[in-house]
Amino acid sequence: MNWRSVVPGAFLLVVVIVGALCSFIWTPFDVAGLDIRNKMQTSSAIHWLGTDHLGRDILSMLMVGARTSLAVALVAVFIGMGVGVPLGLFAAARRNSWVDELIMRGNDLVFAFPALLIAIMITAVFGPSAINAIIAIGIFNIPVFARLTRGAAMSLWTREFIMAARVAGKGELRISYEHVLPNLTNLLIVQGTIQFSLGILAEAGLSYIGLGAQPPIPSWGRMLAESQTLITLAPHLALYPGLAIVFTVLGLNLLGDGLRDWLDPRLRRER
Amino acid sequence: MFRYIIRRLGSLLATLVVASLIVFIVIEVVPGDPASFMLGLNAQPDTIAALRAELGLDVSKVQRYLSWVFGMVQGDFGQSYTYRTPVADMVGDRLWISLPLALYALALSTLIAFPAGIWAASRRGRFADSAVMGFTQLGIAVPNFWFALILVLVFAVNLGWFSAGGFVSWDAGFFASMKSLTLPAVALALPQAAILTRVMRSSLLDVMGEDYMRTARAKGLSERQALLRHALRNALIPVLTIIGLQFSFLIAGAIIIENVFFLPGLGRLIFQSIAQRDLIVVESVIMLLVFAVVIVTFLVDIAYAWVDPRLRHGVR
Repeated sequence: MNWRSVVPGAFLLVVVIVGALCSFIWTPFDVAGLDIRNKMQTSSAIHWLGTDHLGRDILSMLMVGARTSLAVALVAVFIGMGVGVPLGLFAAARRNSWVDELIMRGNDLVFAFPALLIAIMITAVFGPSAINAIIAIGIFNIPVFARLTRGAAMSLWTREFIMAARVAGKGELRISYEHVLPNLTNLLIVQGTIQFSLGILAEAGLSYIGLGAQPPIPSWGRMLAESQTLITLAPHLALYPGLAIVFTVLGLNLLGDGLRDWLDPRLRRER
Repeated sequence: MFRYIIRRLGSLLATLVVASLIVFIVIEVVPGDPASFMLGLNAQPDTIAALRAELGLDVSKVQRYLSWVFGMVQGDFGQSYTYRTPVADMVGDRLWISLPLALYALALSTLIAFPAGIWAASRRGRFADSAVMGFTQLGIAVPNFWFALILVLVFAVNLGWFSAGGFVSWDAGFFASMKSLTLPAVALALPQAAILTRVMRSSLLDVMGEDYMRTARAKGLSERQALLRHALRNALIPVLTIIGLQFSFLIAGAIIIENVFFLPGLGRLIFQSIAQRDLIVVESVIMLLVFAVVIVTFLVDIAYAWVDPRLRHGVR
């Protein structure tokens, strides 16, 4: 694996993003438009990927579904970074203090709850929705970024340029912000890509079991759930949403691997 | 070693206590009183009060929390609001589906990942290596519940080798039950196998750069002999850690996969209980799953420290 995997990765991702953005202005058919007479058709010149059990155009639903998928996963990454990175920086700046201990123990605690359990608890309380899916995946992302940031920041704190900054009289928090954080950017971009792809999978899983975006908002996971009862009649309904998920996740993973090698040759690992 | 275990045990207990507090507080803020939910809209206030007393809902929250926790410690998970049966019995039956499923999947993923990872590492940089890595890349990207649907389509609908869902009771014989768990376990194992293959390969490649590996080759061992005789054992340590960590993913994954195959396990129990406002069941099952994850993490830590003495004393 080397930096060249950026190219196919970015290509897959751009296709998905363009599809999602395009759906804001135009989709081949109206996703809310039911057309029972033309239900469960296979691919044709009119409906490129066929129609579902209510006669809705699958390609249009996939395009709008991409919107949900990307938005949920992306916002969850920002929540994870927004909370996790400052926590990690703080823990590294005051290492072995009670704050550091508290942050790390808190992280252990969140790790004890698989993302799905967090989502189930939130859903039990507030009911299922895309927002709650975002919160659940976001909470799960926090310890990931906190640990990564703390670990990387700790090793930076032993470097000479940080010493120089301390000698110059800068405070711990200012050093964290002005000197440590900029050196973590590459690492965070790469991890962000990975968490983005995990978020897509998690969102698909949540909406598959009915804990994600609610009807009528199309989502890939729910399209799969709806296809399940019709699997003997119309197997193609189960095929396309799954492929959409695979393409997106594969694209992000290839992009992440490539970026890791491209941004920082020292990180190049045999993986 | 003893002191290390005690210390880890202390933090395990602390994690469990805080986790139980979180679960209790989160679930307790659910709007709607279970007693009035069960009795419907036309219930008399004194009937509701009587049921609340019977369910133990009339005491303070602190008392309820304490009796819930101390009950669980003694194996008493309370009584289901809906079915009026002990939660421990409901959980017990379903545990014998969820636990075998997770272990089955763990065994499968290990059986696939070990040979695949070793093979890829021994053929480093050649076609077989790239092929295995390509497959793992795909395996990580495929959602397990979609893979499950494809398995149903191929092996249940088209070939008819397996049933599309449901569980054959253990009373019907071990192999019949295992057969009904096979497709779910395969679906659950795929992404884990892909991750484990990568860890196995990279761990082997790390070890192969060590001095003692050069010595092994210098004394005349072939690449493959050196790999199997010396590298494998040393490369296993990180691999075993990952296997332990994967357990928590398998538990979470099982919740979804049980729904694909209509397996009456813990995952389906949680969903039914949420729909029926059977909160005591939701609380107890979540706590049980958290307990399983924490215990496995603890055991992995202990095993790791046992294998690698540096960890017992060193900074974490």
